[in-house]
Amino acid sequence: MSETIFSARGLTKVYVSGEVEVRALAGLDLDISNGEMIVLLGPSGSGKSTLLNIMGGLDHATSGTFFFKDRDLTRLDDEALTFYRRDHVGFVFQFYNLLPSLTAFENVALVTEISKQPMRPDEALAMVGLKDRMHHFPAQLSGGEQQRVAIARAIAKRPEVLLCDEPTGALDSKTGIKVIEALLSVNEQLGTTTVIITHNAAIQSVADRVMHFADGRISNIQKNASRQKASEVTW
Amino acid sequence: MTALDLKLMRDLKRLWAQVLAIALVIGGGVSTVVLAVGSHHSLDETRIAYYERYGFADVFAQVRRAPNDLIHQIEEIPGVAMVEPRVAQLALLDIPDFREPATGQFISLPEKRQQVLNRLYMRSGRQPDPASEHEVVVNESFAKAHGFALGSHFAAILNGRKRDLTIVGTAMSPEFIYAVGPGDIMPDNRRYGIVWMGERALAGAYNLKNGFSNVAVKLLPNASEDEVIRRLDDLLEPYGGRAAYGRKDQTSHAWLNHELDMLNNMSRTLPPIFLLVAAFLVNLTLGRLVALEREQIGLLKAIGYTNRAVAGHYLKFVLIIAAIGIAFGSLAGTGLGSYVTQLFGDFFRFPFLVFSRDVSTYFIGAGLSLLAAAIGAGRALRDVVTLPPAVAMQPPSPPRFSHFLPTSWSFNRIVRQPTVMMLRNIARHPARTAFTLLGISMATGILVVSLFTRDTMENLIDVTYFLADRQDATMSFAERRSANVVYQVEQLPGVLAVEPSRDVPIRIRHGSVERRILLSGKTKGSDLSRIIDVNLHPVVLPEDGLAISSMLAQILGVRIGDQVEVDLLEGQRRTVTLPVAVTVEDYFGIRAMMDAGALARLMRESPAANSVHVSVDRSLLDTFYEKIKAMPMVSGLALQRVSLMNFREAVALLITTMATIYAGLAAIIAFGVVYNSARISLSESARDLASLRVLGFTRAEVLRILLLELAFLTLLAQPPGWAFGYGLAWVMKTRLAGELMRVRLVVEHFTYALSSVIVIGAALFSALVVRKRVYALDLVSVLKTRD
Repeated sequence: MSETIFSARGLTKVYVSGEVEVRALAGLDLDISNGEMIVLLGPSGSGKSTLLNIMGGLDHATSGTFFFKDRDLTRLDDEALTFYRRDHVGFVFQFYNLLPSLTAFENVALVTEISKQPMRPDEALAMVGLKDRMHHFPAQLSGGEQQRVAIARAIAKRPEVLLCDEPTGALDSKTGIKVIEALLSVNEQLGTTTVIITHNAAIQSVADRVMHFADGRISNIQKNASRQKASEVTW
Repeated sequence: MTALDLKLMRDLKRLWAQVLAIALVIGGGVSTVVLAVGSHHSLDETRIAYYERYGFADVFAQVRRAPNDLIHQIEEIPGVAMVEPRVAQLALLDIPDFREPATGQFISLPEKRQQVLNRLYMRSGRQPDPASEHEVVVNESFAKAHGFALGSHFAAILNGRKRDLTIVGTAMSPEFIYAVGPGDIMPDNRRYGIVWMGERALAGAYNLKNGFSNVAVKLLPNASEDEVIRRLDDLLEPYGGRAAYGRKDQTSHAWLNHELDMLNNMSRTLPPIFLLVAAFLVNLTLGRLVALEREQIGLLKAIGYTNRAVAGHYLKFVLIIAAIGIAFGSLAGTGLGSYVTQLFGDFFRFPFLVFSRDVSTYFIGAGLSLLAAAIGAGRALRDVVTLPPAVAMQPPSPPRFSHFLPTSWSFNRIVRQPTVMMLRNIARHPARTAFTLLGISMATGILVVSLFTRDTMENLIDVTYFLADRQDATMSFAERRSANVVYQVEQLPGVLAVEPSRDVPIRIRHGSVERRILLSGKTKGSDLSRIIDVNLHPVVLPEDGLAISSMLAQILGVRIGDQVEVDLLEGQRRTVTLPVAVTVEDYFGIRAMMDAGALARLMRESPAANSVHVSVDRSLLDTFYEKIKAMPMVSGLALQRVSLMNFREAVALLITTMATIYAGLAAIIAFGVVYNSARISLSESARDLASLRVLGFTRAEVLRILLLELAFLTLLAQPPGWAFGYGLAWVMKTRLAGELMRVRLVVEHFTYALSSVIVIGAALFSALVVRKRVYALDLVSVLKTRD
């Protein structure tokens, strides 16, 4: 097994909303190795999105530690988290979050312009099979295509970590498979550690490990003895 | 170009209508500054250049007959640089095919030397031949008013003898930029002309060979004007000198000054209000616009853009909008400024115009607008940027609404759901509601302040022409007459009533404040020319004591019952102390009045008159005029009806034009506010509206829900808008009040109504534009994205 890239100990996140206190993460422990493909599974409110946000430096933990390599993300300030995201993390969201006013190419360029060793935007788009659609605006692309642009945008900076929140949630099976293929090829070709929140069984079958969440903790970890290839994936 | 900049350009394009509307509001604010400050600067510089190039004098004095030897003594007064002695007389004119008697201000042109002061700017023709007794140059406006060409003739009664005159040239003079005839308020180019004539001819007519009847003096820099005037008075007194006066009491200069002051005050009062309102609105609008970008801001942060980069991006966005507005405003302001300068320039008959392009004007307007825009965006950005990206990328959590009445109340039976939605919305965003209300009421307010001048002018006309000075004509005499002149005038055809008036120049003083004014003696029971007090009631003058303009009372700091010191500047120049008995509501000039008998005793003279007010049977006017034209003792006839007409014309031209320009800009601002409010509300509630459509609401119903709030706020904003407008009008009126002219603050209901109609019209127009958007709302795409 290769080196550990993420390591959480006693990670806690409490949201206060009005008079209600929500314990989204309740002292979670976790280790993820470099290059692993992980699926997070669990009912809504079980804490997986919160974990993903903290992993990606989008949110602060309330207590506990969360190490990215040798850096404790819980100790970083806003500015440092920004640079952490910029240098190491790629995101894919359920609803793509493309900027509607920029073309596919430009949406990718948005990231490559501020990264250290990015690939060319067209290269990234080629990896997700969208080279011929790169000058289209989001509104001219199908949902699956938009999501693949989002993936291209996420990987264009050659991130060490790719974090995906329901990447196929808004897609039908056919387009969903193309997205999974794209994610797999990135994981295989670039060795990017990939963490995916999904209910999609097909994705679970291509992951190294599936972590089950309940009440802000990991209740069960299921290890796939052998990962399926993208071509073998059935929906 | 970076991807962010591309986004910027495309966003600007996508939001072009809103960008334009905001830019228009900024443009409106900037253009008022550029317009007002620019036109004032231009006219001021024009005047300075005109005065300088044509040697406008500093001190003036009229004398009955002074020998030329006196000139050397005047030249030797310390502080005097140049002296221009001349013959200057008022005389009645008889103009072919012109029924009313006109007045000519005759001024001699030197024969053996060059004119040194108040030099003529020749517009056509040449100067009169010194040997000719008939050749004259007239002021251009007078010639134009009568359609005179070179070679035209008219007659004048010079010293009792009718003389035929030939026009050989037309000219302008810095001394008569604003040419107002005796007894008049407004220039009337048909009935008052300046006539320059050779010295020999004019002096011959008035038996003033080797003498002069008027002197203009140019002072050295740093000379004391008061001292020169005192010494000049001493020199001229034995020769029938009337008190000398400086530029500030010279009619043309004083009026010009007043008009420029008015422009200056306007430029200091209205534009800051406009700019402030515009800044506020831009602040509000851009704030909401940036807040709408919350998710994109979250995303930019998520993929690693720093807060500074994100803030910079949006700052650029608003600054570009501001820059567009500034460009609009500068262009429009420059254009309007030139137009207004031209307008005033024509009115004053400047021979040339200096257009001032003071860069600082543009910078002030631009700087304030940029600042307002940046602060507006900054406020919204601060809120968004401080959110963790994970939160920012999610739509804001559903706002917490609350019941404003106990749930057990069956409120819903009284009001339908859309109304409930609107009321909850308003209650939910108290700050936003308050700001929108404030914005719309400001728009109404600036319309009120742009439009109120008309009401005020009507009041001024009412009081001046129909309450106070109700005579048909005022006849001025070349020399002081015995009060018996009344019986002579009564004999003229058509004369119904006559009232004499005795005018004595005085200096009135209280403490260290002093003014040079005319003191008029009024006979008991004057019914034509009445004295109106500040409560708009006619008052009877007491036996002793002065009635003074309330403005003068304010300047001197005196109240009824206080004593003032008065220097009588005619006859036996004495200084007396008199009580103030009445303060008078008048709008032109500052003056004092007292009982004619008391004035005669004070002057130690028998009752006398310089002028008479007459009421004339209209059907006999022509014969009345004919008789007057043949009366050598009359130097001028002021006609109230014509004066009123001229006043209306001048007011229509200047004040109405300004009011129209400002009202136009105010309407643009009003539209900008309402349109942006509507558009942003639409963006903010697009999802809700789409949901309603899915639930089966029709487009019209959805539109009504969207616009209901705006309609409600627009109407609710009107009464505070009126109050705001009244307050601004009060500020304007107070700042515009001057010694030469002022107004009483009157705002008619119609003005409030008109302002509201314009704002509501702007709101309706915005509603139409927004309607198209609502009808084009794409349900699927709105609902497909986000939870």
